[in-house]
Amino acid sequence: MADDQWGERMRAALAGDEAQYRALLVELAVALRRIVRAALARAGRSGADSEDIVQEVLLTIHLKRGAWDSTRLFAPWLHAITRHKVIDVLRRQGHRVEVQIDDVVHWLAAPAAPETDAVGVDRLIGRLGARDQTIVRMASLDGRPSQEIAGRLGMTEGAVRVALHRALRRLSALYQEEVS
Amino acid sequence: MKTDELIAALAADLRTDGPRAGWRPARRIAVLVPLAMLLVAGGFLGAVGMRAGLASPPVLGAVALKQMIVLTVAGAGLLVALRAADPVGARGGRLGVLLLPAMLLAVAVLADIAIDGTAGWYDRLVGHNGLRCVVAIPLLGLPPLAAILAALREGAAPRPGLAGALAGVAAAGLGAAIYALNCTDDSPLFVAAWYGIAAAVMAGLGALAGRRVLRW
Repeated sequence: MADDQWGERMRAALAGDEAQYRALLVELAVALRRIVRAALARAGRSGADSEDIVQEVLLTIHLKRGAWDSTRLFAPWLHAITRHKVIDVLRRQGHRVEVQIDDVVHWLAAPAAPETDAVGVDRLIGRLGARDQTIVRMASLDGRPSQEIAGRLGMTEGAVRVALHRALRRLSALYQEEVS
Repeated sequence: MKTDELIAALAADLRTDGPRAGWRPARRIAVLVPLAMLLVAGGFLGAVGMRAGLASPPVLGAVALKQMIVLTVAGAGLLVALRAADPVGARGGRLGVLLLPAMLLAVAVLADIAIDGTAGWYDRLVGHNGLRCVVAIPLLGLPPLAAILAALREGAAPRPGLAGALAGVAAAGLGAAIYALNCTDDSPLFVAAWYGIAAAVMAGLGALAGRRVLRW
């Protein structure tokens, strides 16, 4: 079952395996697209900003991965995190609807959803400091290793890693401040 | 930004300050709470000292009874607070474990009335230092509360206010454990009333703080 695979990958990721982590996040993005689309549809919303929500959930999963009990299944945890985040987003947008994301069966039954454009994160990155913007963009767009970013910016590699981590935390906070 | 690009940034951040194993809150509590307790015990007992005559059996018995009650509050509070920080609600203890200290206190109150009778219950309830107790316990509970909240931030509380309130209850128990070493009001009636008020204050404070710092 997919769940064991996700759990295995996350365990490997927690042990420091970056390739497994990347593979896990790519798979989760695919699953999240279906879940978020289905949840938005049930809330009577268009899926126009679904990729923004998918990205916010991915960022949350990343920052909260320490809150997963690695002795347990991964899917129920993913379910709880996703539901919390989707409800949070809809509330921020002024919706008072209760979102039903019932169980794993529902997710798997949801139709596959294509990736749409996400603009939210770019706007939020624009609110970071100039140096942090550069670091986030180099790490994401170009996929540069922190060593190379460090060389370009004249920083130590450790400082780049810390700055990237802080920038991601800041992005998560900025999402929550957003009221559209 | 494409989602794959975001994923690249997240993967690059994997090893920075990252958790090595899952479920951090319990680990954090095990480190931070003892530190907070050392700070509070050192500060409070350094300033006002232990209660006089602590070594004499009747005093020791009274203090031990109070400790049993407040430490049960602290332990049960920590368990339920931890559970409140687990998004799937699997770790820690169910809310029902809070009944344990409540029952313990109820038995102590009944025993007090059985032994000393109902005459003078009002004086025992009001005690001597009620106000001091209600101020001191929340103050002594603040460092433990900060420690617990810091640990719960590593979790993902579905209801941040509730998690904060439970952290407040636990912190009240911890603060009271220090305060009880210098509290001369021994009647369970007093403990139920004044320690109870202090715990309610801490629960409210914790809920307010939790709503801010445990949001995610």
